[in-house]
Amino acid sequence: MSGENNYLLEMRGITKIFPGVKANDNVDLLVKKGEIHALVGENGAGKTTLMKVLYGLYDSDAGEIFYDGEKINMTDPQQAINLGIGMVHQHFKLIDTLTVTENIILGAEPRQGLAINYDRAREQVEEISKKYGLKVDPDAKIQDISVGMQQRVEIIKILYRGADLLIFDEPTAVLTPQEIDELFEIFNSLREQGKTLIFITHKLKEVKTISDRITVLRDGKSVDCVETSSVTEKDVAELMVGREVLFRVEKDKAKPGKEVLQVKNIHVRDNRGLKTVNGISLNVKEGEIYGIAGVEGNGQTELVEALTGLRPVEEGQVFYQGEDITNLSARKLKDRKIGHIPEDRLRRGLVTNFTLSENFILGFHHQSPYSRSIFMDYKEIEEHAKSLIGDFDVRTSSHNNLASKLSGGNQQKVIIAREFIQEPKLLIASQPTRGVDVGSIEFIHKQLINKRDEGTAILLVSAELNEILSLSDRIGVIYEGEIVDTFTAEEADEREIGRLMTGSGKEVKTGE
Amino acid sequence: MDTLFQMFSLPLLLISFRYATPLILAALGGVFNERSGVINIALEGMMLFGAFAAVYGSGLTGNPWIGVLYALVGGLVFALILAVVCVTFKADQIVVATGINIFASGLTIYLMQVLFGVSGTSPRAPRLPPVRVLGMRYNPLTFVAIALVPVAWFVLFKTPWGLRIRSIGEHPSAADTLGINVNKYRFICVLISGALAGLAGAHLSIGEYSAFVRDMSQGRGFIALAAMIFGKWHPIGAFGAALLFGYAEAISIRVSFAYIPSELIRAIPYVLTIIVLAGFIGKAIPPKAIGKPYFKGED
Ligand SMILES: Nc1ncnc2c1ncn2[C@@H]1O[C@H](COP(=O)(O)OP(=O)(O)OP(=O)(O)O)[C@@H](O)[C@H]1O
Ligand SMILES: [Mg+2]
Repeated sequence: MSGENNYLLEMRGITKIFPGVKANDNVDLLVKKGEIHALVGENGAGKTTLMKVLYGLYDSDAGEIFYDGEKINMTDPQQAINLGIGMVHQHFKLIDTLTVTENIILGAEPRQGLAINYDRAREQVEEISKKYGLKVDPDAKIQDISVGMQQRVEIIKILYRGADLLIFDEPTAVLTPQEIDELFEIFNSLREQGKTLIFITHKLKEVKTISDRITVLRDGKSVDCVETSSVTEKDVAELMVGREVLFRVEKDKAKPGKEVLQVKNIHVRDNRGLKTVNGISLNVKEGEIYGIAGVEGNGQTELVEALTGLRPVEEGQVFYQGEDITNLSARKLKDRKIGHIPEDRLRRGLVTNFTLSENFILGFHHQSPYSRSIFMDYKEIEEHAKSLIGDFDVRTSSHNNLASKLSGGNQQKVIIAREFIQEPKLLIASQPTRGVDVGSIEFIHKQLINKRDEGTAILLVSAELNEILSLSDRIGVIYEGEIVDTFTAEEADEREIGRLMTGSGKEVKTGE
Repeated sequence: MDTLFQMFSLPLLLISFRYATPLILAALGGVFNERSGVINIALEGMMLFGAFAAVYGSGLTGNPWIGVLYALVGGLVFALILAVVCVTFKADQIVVATGINIFASGLTIYLMQVLFGVSGTSPRAPRLPPVRVLGMRYNPLTFVAIALVPVAWFVLFKTPWGLRIRSIGEHPSAADTLGINVNKYRFICVLISGALAGLAGAHLSIGEYSAFVRDMSQGRGFIALAAMIFGKWHPIGAFGAALLFGYAEAISIRVSFAYIPSELIRAIPYVLTIIVLAGFIGKAIPPKAIGKPYFKGED
């Protein structure tokens, strides 16, 4: 039944049950040879789980897998590798302290006698690198290279093992726009060389740009498989969410009040001691959203960390409601009702091996009603968790689940719920919708606008220019640690800002 | 002046190798298991049991080399407990290893009663034949220990197995996705560590002495751990640290100081290790996944 359709991969009736959740419920996924097949669905729809079943990391509870027409019984990753299946995981599987070459050959090392033949290894890496246009530095350590290069290492890693079917789990979530364009060129070159790709993403524009066919998952079930050319972005969004999705944010004009945050000429260093924030000044008022547009790595991370008490301000001052809060601790800032949605949810946002209930009160755990004198009030904490799970539509079977068991997007909702519910006067939101599905983006955007209208001052940092443009009332463009220009929402021009973000506007500005 | 002269005399430096031997062996073992992501604070207990097994084997057969074999197997058996309970069944490594240390102390005392009918010191057993080098008397295990240093370095840093061991200690799920059997490698590394700790025990009982004395390891398993950390989880670093600590022990035993109690000198390894851990001499960064059992499919 398989051969005539030219399916390279057929997953039929896959069911995978975790305690309390049916992550995959009778899912079908049919992938043709040589195509780029997009797999989309809301956070928690079961995309990653399905791919882990395919790759032999999870045993499925029911269902069959056919590869190249033959039924296979997938038991472990080694078997997947032998069949020619490779996976670039949502969270990279790279060893920071080893070199690029070592990461690539690990587990399939070329040998010379007992030792690893590093010369051969490097040659092979360079060969693949050249053939597919994947630029890497074979001798660099992973910890010293950019995220984009890390991803190329991941791709070479699976090509090195002779993969024909390549799985990409949200590869674009962590990339800059240029890196995404480069990745798509790589995708095209892979397709030309006869490889088959499965591509998971939340960005429907990317799905339209690069994929041939689309499979949509919803609540663990496969709801449809369509030709990309026959649908619009809106159609796909509706299939995913099961209702109409608004891509445009609806908002009234802001009514800014008193100044809440005032940043005066601050300088901040990064982990390596390099100055990455070079004299930034800005202010945010009650009831407005100030957006910082910029390519990642231009000092946004350090700026946000400095404003939230996680990194020292070297020079300059920060005022909050008139009070000098420069270099106050994170705790003191939280107590003053400054909320923070950190860009790296796993490192800064959550304690992943705590339960959801506990994560919902992190940073507020010492305040009433969650604690009284020296005791925690777990009953209160539990009630709090239950209500937030409901209000913010966190997909989970229980408030007692560990945060590590949630899908990426649902982890993000936990953080957002925690910060929003404390009624911050100032909210610093960094990449608030990274890795989040369209429905939830709509939800989070609405919440941000609501907070604004309630009078919260919001500092929004995002690598998504669209997000900045559609939410912000004022926009500052950051480049190499400086705000190179500012715009009001009315003046903002996408092209112009895009140009400034990449540094091409700098001369103009300094020339004034 | 005299004391100072003694402290830096050539004989004292040479003799340090003898004191360093058990530290080198056990620290090399520690490098293997910790690089694979398993903490082994049971080196102490494994060494102690190895020391007992060596005397028993040597006395039983009259051949000290059989005693060495017994020590090796003794260390292995204890390592097997740690491996099964902590790697296969994912129990807490510190708790289990602490249990093993206490168990080893009690068991050796009990076995002395049952097998030899004594409680403090065992009957004498044939010791390893001494070897003279540069006018100093050594037992062969000292040379075994020194020879194992480059071997361990080669295995860990030049072979595929070493690369895999190091990757498992840093990021087990990354290794798993490449088809490497995480728990198999960890299991083997713990066994290697146990065997080497057993050898270290043999050095104490039938290398430098010819009997077993209760609790004769005297914290050397822990000093070996300190040497491993001081040496930054590197075989050659651990070797250097073990030598330094062996030298400190030699000083405390062989040089008499007028004002400084020898106990203070014996504390040097610990003090140095604390200084290293506190980050004063470069950074000592342990393998990232150390101490955490691995569950399949996790990120
Ligand atoms: N190891 C696990 N244990 C328990 N539940 C899990 C585990 N992994 C995933 N789940 C649950 O299974 C469901 C599907 O998760 P999965 O990670 O596959 O979603 P996803 O579609 O990849 O979402 P996202 O787009 O947010 O990454 C979720 O409800 C999640 O909480
Ligand atoms: Mg996912």
